[in-house]
Amino acid sequence: MKKVGKLLFYILVILVVIWCFFPFYWAIVSSLKTDRELFEPNPSLVPKKPSFENYVKVFKERPFHVNILNSVVVAGTTTILTLTFGSLAGYAIARFKFRGKITVMTSILAVSMFPQISILGSLFIILRSMRLINTYLGLILPYTAMTLPLTTWVLQNFFRELPKSIEEAAAIDGCSHARTLFTIVLPMAAPGLVATGLLTFISAWNEFLFALTFMQKPNLYTVPVAIALFKGRSMYEIPWGQIMAASVIVTVPLIILVLIFQRRIIEGLSAGAIKG
Amino acid sequence: MIAFFPLFKTFYDSFYDFSLRPDSIRKFVGLRNYIDLFRDPRFLSALKATVYFTIVSVTLETILGIGIALLLNHDFPLRGLVRAAVLVPWAIPTAVSSQMWRWMFNDQFGIMTRLLEKIGLIEPGTPILGLPQTAMNAIIAVDVWKTTPFMALLILAGLQVIPSELYEAAKIDGANIFQRFYRITLPMIRSTIAVALIFRSLDALRVFDVVYIMTRGSLGTETLAVYNRVLLMDRAFTGNWFGYGSALSVIIFLLISIFAVIYIKSLRLQLE
Repeated sequence: MKKVGKLLFYILVILVVIWCFFPFYWAIVSSLKTDRELFEPNPSLVPKKPSFENYVKVFKERPFHVNILNSVVVAGTTTILTLTFGSLAGYAIARFKFRGKITVMTSILAVSMFPQISILGSLFIILRSMRLINTYLGLILPYTAMTLPLTTWVLQNFFRELPKSIEEAAAIDGCSHARTLFTIVLPMAAPGLVATGLLTFISAWNEFLFALTFMQKPNLYTVPVAIALFKGRSMYEIPWGQIMAASVIVTVPLIILVLIFQRRIIEGLSAGAIKG
Repeated sequence: MIAFFPLFKTFYDSFYDFSLRPDSIRKFVGLRNYIDLFRDPRFLSALKATVYFTIVSVTLETILGIGIALLLNHDFPLRGLVRAAVLVPWAIPTAVSSQMWRWMFNDQFGIMTRLLEKIGLIEPGTPILGLPQTAMNAIIAVDVWKTTPFMALLILAGLQVIPSELYEAAKIDGANIFQRFYRITLPMIRSTIAVALIFRSLDALRVFDVVYIMTRGSLGTETLAVYNRVLLMDRAFTGNWFGYGSALSVIIFLLISIFAVIYIKSLRLQLE
């Protein structure tokens, strides 16, 4: 009886893993198939003659490397800005007493639950009047505004858990608040910064609605928009092999990052959603 | 402040009639945009689709999330690896995973289509993304795949604080596995589940990416957010639709606010 239970348990675990990985596996397999094999009525589970043709085409037939660069610039800048302002604000909330702290924290949380769609229109008008449509800044500014609240929230949680005594010792030795923050607190909070930085980067990298609306030229598209709008030579032809190749290219680094930092990410996620 | 200003502007704009053309003239119309919305069949069907999507996907995600969390709460070799594997769907951009699934659901060459035909769930030759009911279910399947892991990890965090003595005591008292689940596990993780549920509902009510990529909102799958973008971005450049679109934006905001208020209230309870 116990053996049967154990077997069932492992079968369930394996099913879960297959369920999580299969679409990604299938994208890899499809990206390595030639068009002829791709459009066979009975698809085979492994490519018969693996070919990197699709990977070459993604960069040759369209500006996918430019799209990757766009995403790196936008998500990278957003992460740096968010971490800088987020750690300053988070430290202030964690360490200094001021009135209405709970109100500040609740409104921070409220902003992070904002439906992006309900500010899409007015943001478009604002960005258009500032001539920021079709610029990197036009995405970086809204992204920073959207991710900053949650980052602040998570970081202040990390700061609060750091021992206060070291900072007090520094203060007695005549260390200013700013210096304490940069030379003592931030290095101690490095694991928290890595986790939140990664979460910010992933959410900016993955964002679709704003990117689709505020970048209207194919050579300014970010990665998700480019992949969503991949066009074939004719209206009726969807270049599936190339879409899968592009998907694999941008997903592999993300998966590696997630596997390396999984523990920290899980901590960051649950800190943002549950701990309060 | 920076985040609130656009919201106020949306609210203000929703009482006017105007377009995005530079020469457009603003006309104050009061509440007419809102009244018109509730007479707009396309709005009503989008509302219905959004509610259907939210209820079905969040329910499935919660049930599957609890199941996976219970599995991962056991100790077994390679558990860390499995827990990391569960994060993979969450990390892939929705736009990308939607395209992956769109390919798997392709009516002629999709592997999921083949599989569903083989086990007899659909008739051979059914275009899954080409029929209203199956298209919506396919969209839900993608959302469930993407967000169940998130749900599972949240619930797992809740499971791990349950002291194991409770289970041992129950075992000694002769409680079977189901009794232990209903009497100990479920009550202990109730608040975690409630928070995760509301958190997911907030997300599901504003769903855009999956729907936009899988069907562009055709075949009755159009959700509020997708219709909203059509009004604001596709129609407002040619006609006086921007105020009307802003009114819809406000309604989406209010709908989500209700859930957000409940969420914050329950969090505060935990804080105190």
